[in-house]
Amino acid sequence: MNWHAIRAIYRFEMARTFRTITQSIASPVLSTSLYFVVFGAAIGSRMGAIDGVSYGAFIIPGLIMLSLLNESISNASFGIYMPKWAGTIYELLSAPVSAIEIVFGYVGAAATKSLMLGALILITARLFVPYEVVHPFWMLGFLLLTAVTFSLFGFIIGLWADDWQKLQVIPLMIITPMTFLGGAFYSINMLPPLWQKITLFNPVVYLISGFRWSFYGVADVNIVVSVSAIVGFLLACLFAVWWIFRTGWKLKV
Amino acid sequence: MDPIISIKGLSKSYASGFEALKSVDLDIRRGEIFALLGPNGAGKTTLINIVCGIVNASAGTVHADGHDIVRDYRAARAKIGLVPQELSTDAFESVLATLKFSRGLFGKAPDPAHLERVLRALSLWDKRNNKIMTLSGGMKRRVLIAKALSHEPQILFLDEPTAGVDVELRRDMWQMVRELRTSGVTIILTTHYIEEAEEMADRIGVINKGELILVEDKNVLMRKLGKKQLTLQLQTPLAAIPPSLGGLPLELADDGNALVYTFDTQSEQTGIAALLRQLSEQGIDFKDLHSSESSLEEIFVSLVHGGSKGARA
Ligand SMILES: Nc1ncnc2c1ncn2[C@@H]1O[C@H](COP(=O)(O)OP(=O)(O)OP(=O)(O)O)[C@@H](O)[C@H]1O
Ligand SMILES: [Mg+2]
Repeated sequence: MNWHAIRAIYRFEMARTFRTITQSIASPVLSTSLYFVVFGAAIGSRMGAIDGVSYGAFIIPGLIMLSLLNESISNASFGIYMPKWAGTIYELLSAPVSAIEIVFGYVGAAATKSLMLGALILITARLFVPYEVVHPFWMLGFLLLTAVTFSLFGFIIGLWADDWQKLQVIPLMIITPMTFLGGAFYSINMLPPLWQKITLFNPVVYLISGFRWSFYGVADVNIVVSVSAIVGFLLACLFAVWWIFRTGWKLKV
Repeated sequence: MDPIISIKGLSKSYASGFEALKSVDLDIRRGEIFALLGPNGAGKTTLINIVCGIVNASAGTVHADGHDIVRDYRAARAKIGLVPQELSTDAFESVLATLKFSRGLFGKAPDPAHLERVLRALSLWDKRNNKIMTLSGGMKRRVLIAKALSHEPQILFLDEPTAGVDVELRRDMWQMVRELRTSGVTIILTTHYIEEAEEMADRIGVINKGELILVEDKNVLMRKLGKKQLTLQLQTPLAAIPPSLGGLPLELADDGNALVYTFDTQSEQTGIAALLRQLSEQGIDFKDLHSSESSLEEIFVSLVHGGSKGARA
Protein backbone atom coordinates (compact mmCIF):
# COMPACT_ATOMS: atom_id res chain seq x y z
CA MET A 1 0.00 0.00 0.00
CA ASN A 2 1.25 3.44 -0.92
CA TRP A 3 0.10 5.17 2.27
CA HIS A 4 1.91 8.37 1.43
CA ALA A 5 -0.16 8.63 -1.73
CA ILE A 6 -3.45 8.03 0.07
CA ARG A 7 -2.52 10.69 2.58
CA ALA A 8 -1.45 13.12 -0.14
CA ILE A 9 -4.73 12.77 -2.03
CA TYR A 10 -6.79 12.93 1.14
CA ARG A 11 -5.05 16.07 2.33
CA PHE A 12 -5.27 17.70 -1.06
CA GLU A 13 -9.01 17.10 -1.13
CA MET A 14 -9.56 18.26 2.44
CA ALA A 15 -7.56 21.41 1.71
CA ARG A 16 -9.88 22.05 -1.20
CA THR A 17 -12.89 21.73 1.13
CA PHE A 18 -11.57 24.23 3.59
CA ARG A 19 -10.61 26.58 0.81
CA THR A 20 -14.20 26.51 -0.39
CA ILE A 21 -15.77 26.23 3.04
CA THR A 22 -18.74 28.46 2.24
CA GLN A 23 -19.69 26.39 -0.73
CA SER A 24 -18.98 22.96 0.66
CA ILE A 25 -20.13 23.27 4.27
CA ALA A 26 -21.85 26.55 5.04
CA SER A 27 -24.28 26.56 2.15
CA PRO A 28 -25.72 23.07 2.71
CA VAL A 29 -26.08 23.81 6.43
CA LEU A 30 -27.84 27.05 5.66
CA SER A 31 -30.22 25.52 3.16
CA THR A 32 -31.08 22.70 5.54
CA SER A 33 -31.76 25.24 8.27
CA LEU A 34 -34.17 26.95 5.92
CA TYR A 35 -36.01 23.66 5.48
CA PHE A 36 -36.32 23.37 9.25
CA VAL A 37 -37.72 26.85 9.51
CA VAL A 38 -40.18 26.44 6.66
CA PHE A 39 -41.26 22.82 7.02
CA GLY A 40 -40.49 22.18 10.63
CA ALA A 41 -41.58 25.34 12.34
CA ALA A 42 -43.98 27.10 9.97
CA ILE A 43 -45.80 24.25 8.22
CA GLY A 44 -44.98 21.57 10.78
CA SER A 45 -46.88 23.34 13.51
CA ARG A 46 -50.08 22.72 11.54
CA MET A 47 -49.28 19.07 10.84
CA GLY A 48 -50.14 16.20 13.12
CA ALA A 49 -47.51 13.85 14.49
CA ILE A 50 -46.48 10.93 12.25
CA ASP A 51 -46.05 7.57 13.97
CA GLY A 52 -45.98 9.48 17.23
CA VAL A 53 -43.18 11.77 16.11
CA SER A 54 -43.76 15.50 15.71
CA TYR A 55 -43.47 16.65 12.12
CA GLY A 56 -40.49 18.89 12.85
CA ALA A 57 -38.57 15.97 14.29
CA PHE A 58 -39.88 13.56 11.66
CA ILE A 59 -38.20 15.37 8.79
CA ILE A 60 -34.75 15.60 10.40
CA PRO A 61 -33.39 12.21 9.27
CA GLY A 62 -34.71 12.77 5.76
CA LEU A 63 -33.19 16.22 5.52
CA ILE A 64 -29.83 14.95 6.71
CA MET A 65 -29.93 12.16 4.13
CA LEU A 66 -30.88 14.66 1.48
CA SER A 67 -27.81 16.79 2.17
CA LEU A 68 -25.59 13.80 2.64
CA LEU A 69 -26.54 12.30 -0.71
CA ASN A 70 -26.17 15.52 -2.61
CA GLU A 71 -22.94 16.57 -0.98
CA SER A 72 -21.32 13.15 -1.15
CA ILE A 73 -22.06 12.91 -4.83
CA SER A 74 -21.08 16.45 -5.71
CA ASN A 75 -17.90 16.46 -3.61
CA ALA A 76 -16.59 13.18 -4.89
CA SER A 77 -17.58 13.72 -8.50
CA PHE A 78 -16.06 17.18 -8.53
CA GLY A 79 -12.91 15.95 -6.82
CA ILE A 80 -12.02 13.54 -9.58
CA TYR A 81 -13.58 15.47 -12.46
CA MET A 82 -11.51 18.58 -11.71
CA PRO A 83 -8.09 17.00 -12.42
CA LYS A 84 -9.48 15.44 -15.58
CA TRP A 85 -10.73 18.79 -16.72
CA ALA A 86 -7.60 20.73 -15.73
CA GLY A 87 -5.29 18.05 -17.12
CA THR A 88 -3.55 17.48 -13.81
CA ILE A 89 -4.80 13.88 -13.90
CA TYR A 90 -1.56 13.07 -15.72
CA GLU A 91 0.20 13.00 -12.39
CA LEU A 92 -2.23 10.58 -10.84
CA LEU A 93 -2.00 8.30 -13.86
CA SER A 94 1.79 8.36 -13.88
CA ALA A 95 2.16 7.81 -10.14
CA PRO A 96 2.82 4.44 -8.51
CA VAL A 97 -0.69 4.24 -7.09
CA SER A 98 -3.32 1.56 -7.46
CA ALA A 99 -7.03 2.07 -7.98
CA ILE A 100 -7.63 1.19 -4.34
CA GLU A 101 -5.35 3.95 -3.14
CA ILE A 102 -6.93 6.51 -5.44
CA VAL A 103 -10.39 5.51 -4.24
CA PHE A 104 -9.33 5.59 -0.59
CA GLY A 105 -7.94 9.09 -1.04
CA TYR A 106 -10.77 10.68 -2.99
CA VAL A 107 -13.73 8.79 -1.58
CA GLY A 108 -12.30 8.92 1.92
CA ALA A 109 -12.03 12.70 1.75
CA ALA A 110 -15.48 13.14 0.23
CA ALA A 111 -17.03 10.86 2.84
CA THR A 112 -15.25 12.73 5.62
CA LYS A 113 -16.72 15.99 4.39
CA SER A 114 -20.18 14.48 4.24
CA LEU A 115 -19.87 13.16 7.78
CA MET A 116 -18.76 16.57 9.02
CA LEU A 117 -21.70 18.06 7.25
CA GLY A 118 -24.09 15.49 8.69
CA ALA A 119 -22.84 16.22 12.19
CA LEU A 120 -23.23 19.96 11.64
CA ILE A 121 -26.80 19.56 10.44
CA LEU A 122 -27.62 17.34 13.42
CA ILE A 123 -26.37 20.04 15.73
CA THR A 124 -28.13 22.79 13.81
CA ALA A 125 -31.38 20.83 13.89
CA ARG A 126 -31.20 20.72 17.67
CA LEU A 127 -31.54 24.50 17.67
CA PHE A 128 -34.90 24.24 15.94
CA VAL A 129 -36.48 21.03 17.18
CA PRO A 130 -35.90 18.74 20.12
CA TYR A 131 -35.21 15.17 19.01
CA GLU A 132 -33.62 12.06 20.38
CA VAL A 133 -31.71 9.16 18.86
CA VAL A 134 -32.91 5.73 19.90
CA HIS A 135 -30.16 3.72 18.23
CA PRO A 136 -27.09 6.00 18.10
CA PHE A 137 -24.75 3.30 16.80
CA TRP A 138 -27.07 2.44 13.98
CA MET A 139 -27.43 6.11 13.26
CA LEU A 140 -23.67 6.52 12.94
CA GLY A 141 -23.52 3.33 10.91
CA PHE A 142 -26.11 4.66 8.47
CA LEU A 143 -24.33 7.98 8.21
CA LEU A 144 -21.03 6.31 7.49
CA LEU A 145 -22.42 3.79 5.06
CA THR A 146 -24.36 6.43 3.17
CA ALA A 147 -21.45 8.85 3.05
CA VAL A 148 -19.09 6.19 1.72
CA THR A 149 -21.53 4.65 -0.72
CA PHE A 150 -22.65 7.88 -2.30
CA SER A 151 -19.15 9.33 -2.37
CA LEU A 152 -18.20 6.23 -4.30
CA PHE A 153 -21.18 6.75 -6.56
CA GLY A 154 -20.16 10.38 -7.07
CA PHE A 155 -16.63 9.27 -7.83
CA ILE A 156 -17.97 7.05 -10.59
CA ILE A 157 -19.99 9.95 -12.00
CA GLY A 158 -16.88 12.10 -11.95
CA LEU A 159 -14.93 9.45 -13.83
CA TRP A 160 -17.70 9.00 -16.33
CA ALA A 161 -18.44 12.68 -16.98
CA ASP A 162 -16.47 14.30 -19.75
CA ASP A 163 -18.12 17.68 -19.59
CA TRP A 164 -19.64 19.86 -16.90
CA GLN A 165 -23.16 19.10 -17.99
CA LYS A 166 -22.74 15.36 -17.52
CA LEU A 167 -21.34 16.07 -14.09
CA GLN A 168 -24.56 17.83 -13.13
CA VAL A 169 -27.13 15.78 -14.96
CA ILE A 170 -27.32 12.67 -12.76
CA PRO A 171 -27.48 14.52 -9.43
CA LEU A 172 -30.00 16.97 -10.84
CA MET A 173 -32.23 14.72 -12.91
CA ILE A 174 -32.10 11.50 -10.91
CA ILE A 175 -30.83 11.94 -7.38
CA THR A 176 -32.74 15.10 -6.44
CA PRO A 177 -36.15 13.75 -7.54
CA MET A 178 -35.40 10.44 -5.83
CA THR A 179 -34.56 12.10 -2.56
CA PHE A 180 -37.59 14.37 -2.62
CA LEU A 181 -39.83 11.41 -3.43
CA GLY A 182 -37.96 9.18 -1.02
CA GLY A 183 -40.04 10.02 2.01
CA ALA A 184 -37.97 12.80 3.50
CA PHE A 185 -41.09 14.88 4.13
CA TYR A 186 -43.74 12.19 4.52
CA SER A 187 -44.23 8.61 5.54
CA ILE A 188 -44.92 6.42 2.55
CA ASN A 189 -47.98 5.12 4.40
CA MET A 190 -49.50 8.52 3.64
CA LEU A 191 -49.40 7.76 -0.12
CA PRO A 192 -52.24 6.17 -2.12
CA PRO A 193 -51.81 2.35 -2.27
CA LEU A 194 -50.52 2.29 -5.86
CA TRP A 195 -47.83 4.87 -5.11
CA GLN A 196 -46.82 2.98 -2.02
CA LYS A 197 -45.87 0.11 -4.33
CA ILE A 198 -44.16 2.27 -6.95
CA THR A 199 -42.16 4.14 -4.37
CA LEU A 200 -40.52 0.89 -3.25
CA PHE A 201 -38.48 1.01 -6.46
CA ASN A 202 -36.83 4.14 -5.17
CA PRO A 203 -33.66 3.12 -3.30
CA VAL A 204 -33.63 6.35 -1.33
CA VAL A 205 -36.80 5.21 0.44
CA TYR A 206 -34.84 2.43 2.15
CA LEU A 207 -32.11 4.80 3.14
CA ILE A 208 -34.35 7.41 4.72
CA SER A 209 -36.61 4.84 6.33
CA GLY A 210 -33.66 3.03 7.87
CA PHE A 211 -32.07 6.22 9.05
CA ARG A 212 -35.31 7.43 10.59
CA TRP A 213 -35.66 4.10 12.37
CA SER A 214 -32.28 4.72 14.06
CA PHE A 215 -33.69 7.98 15.40
CA TYR A 216 -37.22 7.09 16.44
CA GLY A 217 -37.48 3.34 16.18
CA VAL A 218 -40.22 3.57 13.53
CA ALA A 219 -39.71 2.65 9.90
CA ASP A 220 -41.66 2.45 6.64
CA VAL A 221 -39.81 -0.64 5.50
CA ASN A 222 -38.09 -3.40 7.39
CA ILE A 223 -34.73 -2.31 8.75
CA VAL A 224 -33.03 -5.46 7.44
CA VAL A 225 -34.22 -4.62 3.95
CA SER A 226 -32.93 -1.07 4.39
CA VAL A 227 -29.47 -2.17 5.39
CA SER A 228 -29.31 -4.82 2.67
CA ALA A 229 -30.33 -2.29 0.02
CA ILE A 230 -27.63 0.17 0.89
CA VAL A 231 -24.94 -2.49 1.29
CA GLY A 232 -26.01 -3.89 -2.08
CA PHE A 233 -25.61 -0.49 -3.68
CA LEU A 234 -22.21 -0.09 -2.04
CA LEU A 235 -21.06 -3.41 -3.51
CA ALA A 236 -22.37 -2.41 -6.93
CA CYS A 237 -20.40 0.84 -6.77
CA LEU A 238 -17.26 -1.00 -5.65
CA PHE A 239 -17.60 -3.38 -8.54
CA ALA A 240 -18.08 -0.51 -11.00
CA VAL A 241 -14.97 1.27 -9.75
CA TRP A 242 -12.94 -1.92 -9.90
CA TRP A 243 -14.06 -2.48 -13.47
CA ILE A 244 -13.33 1.10 -14.49
CA PHE A 245 -9.77 0.98 -13.28
CA ARG A 246 -9.19 -2.49 -14.64
CA THR A 247 -10.08 -1.38 -18.11
CA GLY A 248 -8.70 2.14 -17.85
CA TRP A 249 -12.10 3.18 -19.16
CA LYS A 250 -12.44 6.97 -19.70
CA LEU A 251 -9.13 7.62 -17.95
CA LYS A 252 -6.58 6.37 -20.42
CA VAL A 253 -6.70 6.48 -24.18
CA MET B 1 25.44 -1.97 -19.04
CA ASP B 2 21.82 -2.88 -19.65
CA PRO B 3 19.59 -0.02 -20.76
CA ILE B 4 17.58 1.86 -18.15
CA ILE B 5 14.62 1.99 -20.50
CA SER B 6 13.98 -0.70 -23.03
CA ILE B 7 11.19 -0.24 -25.55
CA LYS B 8 10.31 -3.10 -27.86
CA GLY B 9 7.85 -3.16 -30.73
CA LEU B 10 5.83 -0.31 -29.26
CA SER B 11 2.75 0.61 -31.28
CA LYS B 12 -0.17 2.85 -30.59
CA SER B 13 -3.42 3.23 -32.44
CA TYR B 14 -5.76 5.79 -30.95
CA ALA B 15 -9.49 5.14 -30.78
CA SER B 16 -9.85 7.13 -34.00
CA GLY B 17 -7.79 4.42 -35.67
CA PHE B 18 -4.86 6.79 -36.10
CA GLU B 19 -1.52 5.04 -35.83
CA ALA B 20 0.62 7.34 -33.71
CA LEU B 21 3.46 4.87 -33.15
CA LYS B 22 4.55 2.09 -35.47
CA SER B 23 6.55 -0.61 -33.77
CA VAL B 24 9.19 1.53 -32.11
CA ASP B 25 12.30 -0.08 -30.65
CA LEU B 26 14.48 2.08 -28.46
CA ASP B 27 16.96 1.62 -25.66
CA ILE B 28 17.87 4.50 -23.37
CA ARG B 29 21.24 4.17 -21.71
CA ARG B 30 21.75 4.68 -18.04
CA GLY B 31 22.77 8.23 -17.19
CA GLU B 32 22.52 9.74 -20.64
CA ILE B 33 20.66 12.75 -21.96
CA PHE B 34 18.56 11.57 -24.86
CA ALA B 35 16.86 14.07 -27.13
CA LEU B 36 13.82 13.00 -29.10
CA LEU B 37 13.27 15.18 -32.12
CA GLY B 38 10.46 15.21 -34.60
CA PRO B 39 7.92 17.51 -36.21
CA ASN B 40 4.53 18.24 -34.67
CA GLY B 41 2.42 15.13 -34.42
CA ALA B 42 5.37 12.77 -34.89
CA GLY B 43 4.46 10.76 -31.79
CA LYS B 44 6.94 12.07 -29.22
CA THR B 45 4.37 12.79 -26.53
CA THR B 46 2.57 9.55 -27.26
CA LEU B 47 5.80 7.62 -26.69
CA ILE B 48 6.53 9.42 -23.44
CA ASN B 49 2.96 9.06 -22.20
CA ILE B 50 3.01 5.32 -22.76
CA VAL B 51 6.24 4.91 -20.82
CA CYS B 52 4.82 7.02 -17.99
CA GLY B 53 1.53 5.12 -17.82
CA ILE B 54 -0.79 7.82 -19.12
CA VAL B 55 -1.58 6.17 -22.43
CA ASN B 56 -2.11 2.45 -22.99
CA ALA B 57 0.07 0.86 -25.65
CA SER B 58 -1.62 -1.10 -28.41
CA ALA B 59 1.31 -3.49 -28.73
CA GLY B 60 4.85 -3.91 -27.50
CA THR B 61 6.59 -3.76 -24.15
CA VAL B 62 8.45 -1.20 -22.09
CA HIS B 63 10.80 -1.92 -19.23
CA ALA B 64 11.99 0.81 -16.90
CA ASP B 65 15.01 -0.17 -14.88
CA GLY B 66 14.10 -3.78 -15.48
CA HIS B 67 10.46 -3.43 -14.44
CA ASP B 68 7.66 -4.01 -16.91
CA ILE B 69 5.64 -0.79 -16.92
CA VAL B 70 2.32 -2.65 -16.92
CA ARG B 71 2.85 -5.72 -14.79
CA ASP B 72 5.25 -4.09 -12.35
CA TYR B 73 3.94 -0.55 -12.63
CA ARG B 74 4.62 0.45 -9.06
CA ALA B 75 8.34 -0.21 -9.20
CA ALA B 76 8.62 1.24 -12.70
CA ARG B 77 6.70 4.44 -12.03
CA ALA B 78 8.38 5.14 -8.72
CA LYS B 79 11.57 5.70 -10.70
CA ILE B 80 10.09 8.01 -13.30
CA GLY B 81 9.42 11.73 -13.20
CA LEU B 82 7.45 13.45 -15.94
CA VAL B 83 7.23 17.07 -16.98
CA PRO B 84 4.33 17.11 -19.40
CA GLN B 85 4.09 19.25 -22.48
CA GLU B 86 0.80 20.83 -21.44
CA LEU B 87 0.89 23.38 -18.63
CA SER B 88 -1.61 21.61 -16.41
CA THR B 89 -1.47 22.85 -12.85
CA ASP B 90 -3.70 23.06 -9.82
CA ALA B 91 -4.49 26.73 -10.14
CA PHE B 92 -5.65 27.26 -6.57
CA GLU B 93 -2.87 25.40 -4.82
CA SER B 94 0.30 26.99 -3.52
CA VAL B 95 3.60 26.00 -5.09
CA LEU B 96 4.86 24.25 -1.99
CA ALA B 97 1.58 22.41 -1.39
CA THR B 98 1.56 21.03 -4.90
CA LEU B 99 5.12 19.77 -4.46
CA LYS B 100 4.23 18.05 -1.21
CA PHE B 101 1.32 16.44 -2.99
CA SER B 102 3.53 15.13 -5.79
CA ARG B 103 6.10 13.72 -3.41
CA GLY B 104 3.44 11.92 -1.41
CA LEU B 105 1.74 10.59 -4.51
CA PHE B 106 4.97 8.90 -5.50
CA GLY B 107 5.18 7.19 -2.14
CA LYS B 108 7.97 9.24 -0.64
CA ALA B 109 8.04 10.38 2.98
CA PRO B 110 7.94 14.17 3.48
CA ASP B 111 11.33 15.87 3.10
CA PRO B 112 11.08 19.66 3.40
CA ALA B 113 14.83 20.09 2.88
CA HIS B 114 14.70 18.34 -0.47
CA LEU B 115 11.73 20.40 -1.61
CA GLU B 116 13.55 23.56 -0.61
CA ARG B 117 16.59 22.53 -2.65
CA VAL B 118 14.42 21.84 -5.68
CA LEU B 119 12.57 25.14 -5.37
CA ARG B 120 15.77 27.10 -4.93
CA ALA B 121 17.38 25.41 -7.91
CA LEU B 122 14.44 26.50 -10.03
CA SER B 123 14.32 30.03 -8.59
CA LEU B 124 10.87 29.34 -7.17
CA TRP B 125 11.66 29.53 -3.46
CA ASP B 126 10.35 33.08 -3.17
CA LYS B 127 7.12 31.99 -4.79
CA ARG B 128 6.55 28.92 -2.64
CA ASN B 129 3.47 30.32 -0.93
CA ASN B 130 1.95 31.85 -4.03
CA LYS B 131 -1.03 30.30 -5.68
CA ILE B 132 -0.02 28.74 -8.96
CA MET B 133 -2.59 30.74 -10.89
CA THR B 134 -0.70 33.92 -10.01
CA LEU B 135 2.50 32.71 -11.69
CA SER B 136 3.64 33.42 -15.22
CA GLY B 137 3.76 30.71 -17.87
CA GLY B 138 7.49 30.18 -17.53
CA MET B 139 7.15 29.90 -13.77
CA LYS B 140 4.37 27.35 -14.14
CA ARG B 141 6.63 25.33 -16.39
CA ARG B 142 9.23 25.38 -13.64
CA VAL B 143 6.62 24.35 -11.09
CA LEU B 144 5.94 21.29 -13.23
CA ILE B 145 9.66 20.53 -13.30
CA ALA B 146 9.83 20.98 -9.53
CA LYS B 147 6.89 18.60 -9.09
CA ALA B 148 8.67 15.96 -11.15
CA LEU B 149 11.88 16.41 -9.17
CA SER B 150 10.09 16.43 -5.83
CA HIS B 151 10.06 12.64 -5.69
CA GLU B 152 13.69 12.17 -6.71
CA PRO B 153 13.20 10.23 -9.93
CA GLN B 154 16.03 8.32 -11.55
CA ILE B 155 14.55 8.78 -14.97
CA LEU B 156 13.25 12.16 -15.98
CA PHE B 157 11.07 12.84 -18.99
CA LEU B 158 10.96 16.43 -20.14
CA ASP B 159 8.36 16.96 -22.84
CA GLU B 160 9.36 20.31 -24.30
CA PRO B 161 10.60 21.71 -21.01
CA THR B 162 11.79 25.00 -22.40
CA ALA B 163 8.73 25.97 -24.43
CA GLY B 164 7.84 29.47 -23.32
CA VAL B 165 10.89 29.90 -21.10
CA ASP B 166 13.08 32.93 -21.67
CA VAL B 167 16.65 32.63 -22.91
CA GLU B 168 18.38 33.21 -19.62
CA LEU B 169 16.22 30.76 -17.76
CA ARG B 170 16.64 28.27 -20.54
CA ARG B 171 20.38 28.38 -19.96
CA ASP B 172 19.80 27.87 -16.24
CA MET B 173 17.59 24.95 -17.02
CA TRP B 174 20.17 23.35 -19.27
CA GLN B 175 22.65 23.76 -16.49
CA MET B 176 20.26 22.10 -14.09
CA VAL B 177 19.65 19.21 -16.44
CA ARG B 178 23.39 18.67 -16.75
CA GLU B 179 23.74 18.69 -12.99
CA LEU B 180 20.95 16.16 -12.73
CA ARG B 181 22.76 13.96 -15.16
CA THR B 182 25.93 14.30 -13.11
CA SER B 183 23.98 13.10 -10.09
CA GLY B 184 23.03 9.99 -12.05
CA VAL B 185 19.61 10.86 -13.44
CA THR B 186 18.81 9.68 -16.95
CA ILE B 187 17.06 12.37 -18.97
CA ILE B 188 14.85 12.02 -22.00
CA LEU B 189 13.73 15.28 -23.50
CA THR B 190 11.83 16.43 -26.52
CA THR B 191 12.32 19.82 -28.01
CA HIS B 192 11.69 21.89 -31.07
CA TYR B 193 14.77 24.00 -30.40
CA ILE B 194 17.41 22.09 -32.24
CA GLU B 195 20.21 24.04 -30.65
CA GLU B 196 18.94 22.69 -27.38
CA ALA B 197 19.45 19.12 -28.49
CA GLU B 198 22.77 20.06 -30.02
CA GLU B 199 23.85 21.69 -26.80
CA MET B 200 22.60 19.11 -24.36
CA ALA B 201 22.09 15.67 -25.76
CA ASP B 202 24.44 12.73 -25.71
CA ARG B 203 22.29 10.88 -28.19
CA ILE B 204 19.56 11.93 -30.52
CA GLY B 205 16.57 10.07 -31.83
CA VAL B 206 14.49 11.36 -34.70
CA ILE B 207 10.89 10.29 -34.95
CA ASN B 208 8.61 11.01 -37.85
CA LYS B 209 5.05 9.85 -38.45
CA GLY B 210 5.29 7.34 -35.64
CA GLU B 211 8.50 5.77 -36.85
CA LEU B 212 11.87 6.11 -35.23
CA ILE B 213 13.95 6.89 -38.27
CA LEU B 214 17.28 7.35 -36.58
CA VAL B 215 19.05 6.98 -33.26
CA GLU B 216 22.60 8.17 -33.11
CA ASP B 217 25.29 9.53 -30.92
CA LYS B 218 25.09 13.28 -31.34
CA ASN B 219 28.72 13.72 -32.29
CA VAL B 220 28.62 10.82 -34.72
CA LEU B 221 25.46 12.23 -36.23
CA MET B 222 27.00 15.63 -36.70
CA ARG B 223 30.07 14.10 -38.24
CA LYS B 224 28.24 11.65 -40.44
CA LEU B 225 25.58 13.94 -41.75
CA GLY B 226 27.23 17.26 -41.13
CA LYS B 227 28.52 19.15 -44.12
CA LYS B 228 31.00 21.93 -44.24
CA GLN B 229 30.84 24.73 -46.69
CA LEU B 230 33.52 27.10 -47.79
CA THR B 231 32.23 30.36 -49.16
CA LEU B 232 34.48 32.57 -51.25
CA GLN B 233 33.52 36.19 -51.84
CA LEU B 234 34.69 36.93 -55.37
CA GLN B 235 36.40 40.12 -56.58
CA THR B 236 34.43 40.07 -59.79
CA PRO B 237 31.17 38.21 -60.22
CA LEU B 238 31.03 35.13 -62.39
CA ALA B 239 28.26 34.40 -64.83
CA ALA B 240 28.84 30.67 -64.67
CA ILE B 241 31.21 28.19 -63.14
CA PRO B 242 34.17 27.79 -65.50
CA PRO B 243 34.08 24.42 -67.29
CA SER B 244 37.52 23.50 -65.94
CA LEU B 245 36.02 23.46 -62.41
CA GLY B 246 32.93 21.57 -63.53
CA GLY B 247 33.75 18.32 -61.72
CA LEU B 248 33.89 19.95 -58.29
CA PRO B 249 30.98 20.39 -55.84
CA LEU B 250 30.71 24.09 -56.50
CA GLU B 251 27.78 26.42 -56.66
CA LEU B 252 27.38 30.06 -57.46
CA ALA B 253 25.54 32.18 -54.95
CA ASP B 254 24.74 35.82 -54.32
CA ASP B 255 24.24 36.69 -58.02
CA GLY B 256 27.57 35.21 -58.94
CA ASN B 257 29.41 37.16 -56.26
CA ALA B 258 30.11 34.12 -54.14
CA LEU B 259 31.37 30.66 -54.84
CA VAL B 260 30.29 27.92 -52.41
CA TYR B 261 32.30 24.76 -52.05
CA THR B 262 30.67 21.90 -50.14
CA PHE B 263 32.76 19.17 -48.61
CA ASP B 264 32.37 16.26 -46.32
CA THR B 265 33.73 16.63 -42.81
CA GLN B 266 34.44 12.92 -42.70
CA SER B 267 36.80 12.62 -45.66
CA GLU B 268 40.50 12.87 -45.15
CA GLN B 269 41.02 15.08 -48.15
CA THR B 270 38.87 18.15 -48.12
CA GLY B 271 40.20 19.23 -51.48
CA ILE B 272 40.47 22.84 -50.39
CA ALA B 273 44.12 23.17 -51.26
CA ALA B 274 43.50 21.81 -54.75
CA LEU B 275 40.54 24.11 -55.20
CA LEU B 276 42.47 27.21 -54.23
CA ARG B 277 45.29 26.22 -56.58
CA GLN B 278 42.93 25.77 -59.47
CA LEU B 279 41.20 29.08 -58.75
CA SER B 280 44.45 30.99 -58.89
CA GLU B 281 45.35 29.18 -62.12
CA GLN B 282 42.03 30.35 -63.56
CA GLY B 283 42.75 33.85 -62.32
CA ILE B 284 39.67 33.94 -60.12
CA ASP B 285 40.42 36.26 -57.22
CA PHE B 286 38.50 36.41 -54.00
CA LYS B 287 38.44 39.04 -51.33
CA ASP B 288 37.13 37.01 -48.41
CA LEU B 289 36.39 33.46 -47.38
CA HIS B 290 34.70 31.71 -44.51
CA SER B 291 33.65 28.17 -43.72
CA SER B 292 30.52 26.98 -41.97
CA GLU B 293 29.27 23.72 -40.56
CA SER B 294 25.73 22.53 -41.01
CA SER B 295 23.72 22.61 -37.82
CA LEU B 296 21.66 19.82 -36.41
CA GLU B 297 18.66 21.73 -37.60
CA GLU B 298 19.63 21.32 -41.22
CA ILE B 299 20.41 17.68 -40.65
CA PHE B 300 17.06 17.22 -39.00
CA VAL B 301 15.11 18.96 -41.73
CA SER B 302 16.82 16.98 -44.44
CA LEU B 303 16.22 13.75 -42.57
CA VAL B 304 12.55 14.28 -42.00
CA HIS B 305 12.05 15.68 -45.45
CA GLY B 306 14.02 12.88 -47.07
CA GLY B 307 12.22 10.31 -44.97
CA SER B 308 8.78 11.40 -46.03
CA LYS B 309 9.85 11.55 -49.66
CA GLY B 310 11.23 8.06 -49.37
CA ALA B 311 7.98 6.81 -47.90
CA ARG B 312 5.97 8.25 -50.73
CA ALA B 313 8.19 6.83 -53.46
N1 LIG C 1 -6.02 11.20 -27.71
C1 LIG C 1 -5.74 11.14 -29.02
N2 LIG C 1 -6.66 10.65 -29.87
C2 LIG C 1 -6.40 10.58 -31.19
N3 LIG C 1 -5.26 10.97 -31.76
C3 LIG C 1 -4.31 11.46 -30.96
C4 LIG C 1 -4.48 11.58 -29.55
N4 LIG C 1 -3.37 12.09 -29.01
C5 LIG C 1 -2.53 12.29 -30.04
N5 LIG C 1 -3.08 11.92 -31.20
C6 LIG C 1 -2.45 11.98 -32.53
O1 LIG C 1 -1.26 11.22 -32.49
C7 LIG C 1 -0.25 11.88 -33.22
C8 LIG C 1 0.98 12.04 -32.38
O2 LIG C 1 0.72 12.97 -31.35
P1 LIG C 1 1.82 13.38 -30.30
O3 LIG C 1 1.17 14.26 -29.31
O4 LIG C 1 2.48 12.15 -29.80
O5 LIG C 1 2.83 14.21 -31.20
P2 LIG C 1 4.15 15.00 -30.78
O6 LIG C 1 5.27 14.38 -31.53
O7 LIG C 1 4.27 15.07 -29.33
O8 LIG C 1 3.83 16.43 -31.39
P3 LIG C 1 4.19 17.90 -30.83
O9 LIG C 1 5.55 18.21 -31.28
O10 LIG C 1 3.18 18.76 -31.52
O11 LIG C 1 4.02 17.88 -29.36
C9 LIG C 1 -0.84 13.20 -33.71
O12 LIG C 1 -1.21 13.05 -35.06
C10 LIG C 1 -2.06 13.39 -32.86
O13 LIG C 1 -3.05 14.05 -33.57
MG1 LIG D 1 4.23 16.52 -27.97
